[in-house]
Amino acid sequence: MRTNRRGFVGGASALAMMSVAAPAVRAQKKYSDGASDTEIKVGHTGPYSGPASSYGQIGKTLEAYWKGVNDAGGVNGRKIKFLTLDDGYNPAKIVELTRQLVEQEKVLCLFNTLGTANNTAIHKYMNQKKVPQLYVATGASKWGKPKEFPWTMGFQPDYHTEGVIYAKHILANVKDPKIGVLMQNDDYGKDYWDGFKEGLGKDSGKVVKHVTFEVTDPTVDSQVIQLKDSGANVFFNIATPKAAAQAIRKAADIGWKPVQYLNNVSASVGSVMKPAGLDNSQGIITAQYLKDPTDKQWENTDDFKAWVAWMDKWMPGSNKADANHVFGFAVASLMHETLKKCGDELTRENVMRQAANFQKYKLPLLLPGITINTSPSDYYPIQSVQLARFKGETWDLFGDVMSAEGS
Amino acid sequence: MASASKKWVLGIVVLAFVVPLLQPVLPDVVSDYRLFLVSTMIIASIAVLGLNLLTGFNGQFSLGHGAFYAVGAYTAAVLMDQLNVPYWATIPAAAIVCFIVGYLFGLPALKLEGHYLALATFALALAVPQILKYKWLEGLTGGVQGIVLMKPEVPFGLPLTEDQWLYYFCLIVMVVLFWAAANMLNSRSGRAMMAIRDQYMAADTMGIDTALYKTVTFGISAAYTGIAGALSASAIAFVAPDSFNIFLSIKFLIGLVVGGIGSLTGSVIGGIFYVLVDNSAQALSQFVKNDLGLPFDLSAYTVFGVLLIAIIYLMPMGIAGGVAMAWRKMRSAR
Amino acid sequence: MEQFLQQIASGLANGAIYACVALALVMIYVSTDHINFAQGEMAMFSTYISWQLMTWGLSFWAAFVLAVAISFLMGVLIERLILRPLHNAPVLSIIVVFIGLLAIFNSVAGAIWSYLIKEYPSPFPKSSFGIAGVIGPHQLGVVMVTLIVLGLLFIFFRYTPLGLAMRAAAQNPQMARLVGVRVDWMLALGWGLAASVGAVAGIMVAHIVYLDPNMMAGILLYAFASALVGGISNPAGAVAGGFIVGILENMVAYAGNQIEKATGVYIIGNGEKLTVALIIVIFVLTVKPAGLFGRVVVKRV
Repeated sequence: MRTNRRGFVGGASALAMMSVAAPAVRAQKKYSDGASDTEIKVGHTGPYSGPASSYGQIGKTLEAYWKGVNDAGGVNGRKIKFLTLDDGYNPAKIVELTRQLVEQEKVLCLFNTLGTANNTAIHKYMNQKKVPQLYVATGASKWGKPKEFPWTMGFQPDYHTEGVIYAKHILANVKDPKIGVLMQNDDYGKDYWDGFKEGLGKDSGKVVKHVTFEVTDPTVDSQVIQLKDSGANVFFNIATPKAAAQAIRKAADIGWKPVQYLNNVSASVGSVMKPAGLDNSQGIITAQYLKDPTDKQWENTDDFKAWVAWMDKWMPGSNKADANHVFGFAVASLMHETLKKCGDELTRENVMRQAANFQKYKLPLLLPGITINTSPSDYYPIQSVQLARFKGETWDLFGDVMSAEGS
Repeated sequence: MASASKKWVLGIVVLAFVVPLLQPVLPDVVSDYRLFLVSTMIIASIAVLGLNLLTGFNGQFSLGHGAFYAVGAYTAAVLMDQLNVPYWATIPAAAIVCFIVGYLFGLPALKLEGHYLALATFALALAVPQILKYKWLEGLTGGVQGIVLMKPEVPFGLPLTEDQWLYYFCLIVMVVLFWAAANMLNSRSGRAMMAIRDQYMAADTMGIDTALYKTVTFGISAAYTGIAGALSASAIAFVAPDSFNIFLSIKFLIGLVVGGIGSLTGSVIGGIFYVLVDNSAQALSQFVKNDLGLPFDLSAYTVFGVLLIAIIYLMPMGIAGGVAMAWRKMRSAR
Repeated sequence: MEQFLQQIASGLANGAIYACVALALVMIYVSTDHINFAQGEMAMFSTYISWQLMTWGLSFWAAFVLAVAISFLMGVLIERLILRPLHNAPVLSIIVVFIGLLAIFNSVAGAIWSYLIKEYPSPFPKSSFGIAGVIGPHQLGVVMVTLIVLGLLFIFFRYTPLGLAMRAAAQNPQMARLVGVRVDWMLALGWGLAASVGAVAGIMVAHIVYLDPNMMAGILLYAFASALVGGISNPAGAVAGGFIVGILENMVAYAGNQIEKATGVYIIGNGEKLTVALIIVIFVLTVKPAGLFGRVVVKRV
């Protein structure tokens, strides 16, 4: 299908390509636990219950994706057995479930396990057991450390880098910035905040107010009032959708009109901008890497149309406005491609080798100009984002595709 | 009667010690994963026993035992992380710290009864994650990112896997703690504890120092649950503030009620249930989806809810109570 | 000073939300002696029902009335079908049943309506009342609705035969039965009423926190605290408790801010505001053990 793999050098990928092209090379078959002539076992855990259950939709998308793949004959003739379990967003639970998947079910790899704390809890274990922990669903910066943790790889642009980009943009574009920051008080918020501070560098004094909220706080009204009172003219909103929308609306309600920056996690038209009020959301700046499903400008692009058709077939009745479906589809596509590239050598080593061997791979649903790039020393598949400004009912992309290499 | 049940307990304990040695013979049945699962059940049993001492035997209500679990876990984690204290030494340390915290908390709790005690313990459960994230403690607790730890290593060159050792370690701690609890409850002090639960006024008039008993019970209960927390820090090898949310306390409560209030055996059953209920809910929901082929998606969380209600329906006094009742019925029928 | 007023106003508005849910908790406690952990999820479910009715074309108030009525039935049914057979079970066992209900309502709502947050309209005119910049029209509306619900409940329990019968059934079931009150049905009615009050709370809250299956998780914690602060058996106390918790919490954050501004040292802030507020409340309770608004009951032994 895609031909841009042609330029690869290196024994492993050449081998993989050969076996993709010519399944006749049967002598090369090699398997780790979880793979056989007929089946590949892939494990996953996600929050189907508990406070983060809105992300459970990602797991459901993944499940539907593999069903579709199996229906079309599987990967190189092997069916994917996708085992997904509910970890309730609880680090203690995921340790137990991961061991179940790795030791009882003997999966080939874990894929897209969700949550920073959860992935931290199994980080060491997976690397001790030498089982791939691929494309985790969290943007913490610690998933791209091939030296210490060669079996773990991230997926999305990391929060840290995104924070740096916002900070640089503020310094370059806002005259005499006085910055107010709203931060969710957990490791996701902290990662953004650390990157943001790093991006400000010696100008970190420009942050006049930094307030936190807990996920259990019913509203963030009190925090937004404090930010307004600090006299800030820039507002950096590090919050998950519900609180982000509340903050945008509250700012408008109390007549606070700063330049607003919103983290990518909540850059959804359907679940943030609309609930916050389109009037209140005009001019908000964010960074994007995936196509927003509620953004009309993508309606006629090929990959988006393919996704809509896929949704209609495999997830009928699901809400297409939910960006989790886009995320799930994109990350599953990458996993699909990785397994395809492995060919008949379905060993854990080869899975990691192939995962660390993408050059300018065009993944469906990424923004134009953003591609997947990995190498044995670069475990960050997506490192580019493009800034966008909210205008009317959609995101208006502007500027170049930016990446923060080397950070 | 008493000696018969003693024999039973002894038999089960011996069995628990022998089973892991069968690993070479039955590698798939006695796998490391299964032993780990049983270790988590043991840990949960100890935590539930802690709550049972307070609620079941002393009649004080707590909605916040997750807080003591967290204090125990963090005491162990900080000691291991900052001071390189060996994991086994963190157990008594966690017990002491939690006893003090529990005792101190029990003092104002003396003035609160019933629902106000519930509020106070509930507030404690809400407060603990916040305190762990508190700015000035971040250096110690690792703030929102938590602390990553090492798993306990096998000592003295014993020919065991890490999980086998962890299992034995938890089992030893459990046996000691249950033995201590059984002895305490059988003693004068234990009877005083229960007298306070059943007949507060009478106990007071008979000269039992109710205030002292209540606060010390609070301390002991907190220490038990704290030890469980410390064990869990070693087993999971990671602590983070948000895993100690209010739902943890509620799950201990579920374990307590389902196992059996005021019963030592019930605490063990509650601990097993605490771990199994999630897994069985998932298995059931998978079964409904894949094997029965029902058209709708029955989520594991729904099954969890139905399971809880069904169990209380069948056994309103918990599993221990239910089994005891069934046993009595059977005997009287004969 | 502006911030001070805004914080009070926002605390008042949040407090109204807590108060509304706390009222529902008190309703069940008064009529059945239980604390219903599933109250928040039931309210959430009722709110989804009203949302569904509105998407089917009903007006806000029509959907409101219908949803409250449906919730009443739902409450009665839960009592009759699920709790009735368990009336001899210990209190703690009932709590486990409530947690089971919580899980069921939450997951079923997620399965039907998805976990995506939804906008929920406000019935109050956009800017014709409310003090601009300090408190929004919806917030003011919520405060008023809460007080109206409280007033209606007061009248119902004080002056209607049914209300009196319900109180009698709760306070002295045997005597009530002797004078011809059908005690078991009174319990079911209590559940129905509580579910209705919960529905009102959910519908008022949804505009502020957005509609999703987890919308009540945080609020229930606060409502629970509020109900207890006010003395769990007293509706007016629960409402006052809600306002106290809401305002106190914001004041703690505000004070922390001022201290930081003045001295440059961070002592307390948003992370600790609920904790500190609860500590204050508990301290007060240890001094006044019957609750802020409860009466001391002398028990005969």
